[in-house]
Amino acid sequence: MTTPNEYINTVGKAFEKFEASLNGSKSTFLHELRKESLAAILKSGLPGPKHEEYRYTNFGKALEKSIAYEGIVAETAAASAPTPLDSFEGYKLYFVNGKLDASRSDLGDLSEKVTVTSLASAVKEQGDLKEYLGSIVKSWPDAFSHLNTAFAKEGVFIRVKKNTILDKPLYIIHSNDTSATEVLAHYRNLAIVEEGSQLKVIEANFSTGANTSYTNTVLEIFCKKNASVEWSKLQLENETALRIDNSLVYQERDSKCTINTITLSGQMVRNNLYIALDDENTEAHMYGLYLIDGKTHVDNHTSVDHRKPNSFSNELYKGIMDDQSHGVFNGKIFVRQDAQKTNAFQQNNNILLSPNAVINTKPQLEIWADDVKCSHGCTTGQLDNEQLFYLRARGISEDKARAMLLHAFAGDVIANISVGPVKEYLEQLITDKIEN
Amino acid sequence: MLKIKNLKASVEGKMILNGINLEVKPGEVHAIMGPNGSGKSTLASVLAGREDYQIEGGEVEYIGKDLLDLSPEERAREGVFLAFQYPVEIPGVSTTNFLKAALNQVREHHGKPALDAVSFLKLMKEKMALVEIDQALLSRSLNEGFSGGEKKRNEIFQMAMLEPKLAILDETDSGLDIDALRIVANGVNKLKTRDNATILITHYQRLLDYIVPDFVHVLYKGRIIKSGDKSLALQLEEKGYDWIKEEADTVSA
Repeated sequence: MTTPNEYINTVGKAFEKFEASLNGSKSTFLHELRKESLAAILKSGLPGPKHEEYRYTNFGKALEKSIAYEGIVAETAAASAPTPLDSFEGYKLYFVNGKLDASRSDLGDLSEKVTVTSLASAVKEQGDLKEYLGSIVKSWPDAFSHLNTAFAKEGVFIRVKKNTILDKPLYIIHSNDTSATEVLAHYRNLAIVEEGSQLKVIEANFSTGANTSYTNTVLEIFCKKNASVEWSKLQLENETALRIDNSLVYQERDSKCTINTITLSGQMVRNNLYIALDDENTEAHMYGLYLIDGKTHVDNHTSVDHRKPNSFSNELYKGIMDDQSHGVFNGKIFVRQDAQKTNAFQQNNNILLSPNAVINTKPQLEIWADDVKCSHGCTTGQLDNEQLFYLRARGISEDKARAMLLHAFAGDVIANISVGPVKEYLEQLITDKIEN
Repeated sequence: MLKIKNLKASVEGKMILNGINLEVKPGEVHAIMGPNGSGKSTLASVLAGREDYQIEGGEVEYIGKDLLDLSPEERAREGVFLAFQYPVEIPGVSTTNFLKAALNQVREHHGKPALDAVSFLKLMKEKMALVEIDQALLSRSLNEGFSGGEKKRNEIFQMAMLEPKLAILDETDSGLDIDALRIVANGVNKLKTRDNATILITHYQRLLDYIVPDFVHVLYKGRIIKSGDKSLALQLEEKGYDWIKEEADTVSA
């Protein structure tokens, strides 16, 4: 095992190797961005347990213990295995062990009004990419975003042109197979949803194999005037998966954005969600469910930044923790001095099913405007005995009654996913998990 | 059908029931009245199997079985139904789905096949008419945001669906306006057969104008201190509980 500093040094060395492999694309603005980001991470190091934002989730240490950054160049690609989402109607992009599997991906008749391409082609083809890539990260920096910027080569670039409604959802399906070796994957996704357009994306993550799967992903969404985005993350990896996800959204006037984050498994998952509401009449919804057992550790840090008047945010995160699992929720709401008439709601409810399960929950409201409506609430408890008794008094067995109540608790979050088959699939997964 | 012998029960170390004796036969309607804190709701809860209560003595025989030995769900499956005084709200569980699960578990217990969706819906429609309850209400989360009257009607609707042998109505009339009371009482009357029995727990005589009891019992300090026919209820309405309390206190003193 190395000390944090030594580890960061290996990251530096890994970058040298990575740079050498880039062959010819060093002159782009992206390369400058990579170097800046690398410098930032070399300077700051990985956040340790004393870092306020990472005090319950020592992701850096988990990373250090499990995987060497120097392995980065030796990415392994394999054919993607079938997933439960394959038959769902929609556009599909498959990634295996960090690389696009073009043979299985199917963008069908995706109209020319919508561009879906790789990050690498976007750098070449999208002249204005420089204005977007990394710009939201700048307002909400994170050590792992820096790592991502330095190393990410793969990812999806989406641009929905003005007044275009994507007729079917886009599925981005990631599978990591670590049966032969550990897998280290960086993804950099970027969505520009132009004025009056609509986009629905389902991002699903699976992993198999006994070695470590490490994914570091960054998503930036630009939700332009009157645009609407629904982005759902299905985090369904196995118990050797480390996942760090930074998702950042920038909203313009009259836009609406919904981010659903569903985590049912994994070893350690950290989600940083940041939404900037930068004009009037913007609307943001954040829904999250962590239904975990074993030793799974899931940390959701969310921040919504109300910068202008008359904006609305609504947040509901729910957790069910069994065995020795550990949940963390931190919800920040910023209401700036300009942002009068803000409506911001936040709710975090948790059920602990085992005496060894842990939840750390913290609402954090910082309000500088004086005419706002903000509320937050968090609860932690067990199942309600009155409700259990009521169901049992009608003839329903205790096990079934428990399952019904847990399903109802979780269903509150799932109900916000508008893509029918995905909702049904998740409901089934939840039922299986609860009844096991 | 139901034989309660010297039943004693406590909650958090405090004795509430101090020796209840009561026999209920098929086809009978018993009203249990009494002042606040006399143990009426405790009796209902103990019979339904609520686990917060400690049985301190006595026995309860129900259709030849030791009722106190059965779990709440086993009691329900054997035909005991408690209409709750305060029906709990359960967000995320629709009345329809909940009742389908309940009904099918009861049927399974009796070796009957589960009802298919069509038969279930048909049965529901039929019973809905009985308590004048709206379909829209039933597709909503169980009791969530229901008015007091809607909650009580939903209890009687569930009773109609489950067709219990022994129904215990715990202050189902409390807080109901006269129209809701009439609907609830009407439902209960229509469900009455020669083979089932009803225990009405109530604070007010008013309910008994609509559901006529065969027996009226007065509960006080955890004991039945007086039993009679429906005229006893009228007497209580007229004179209040004080005279009967005094009688009881004199005897025990």
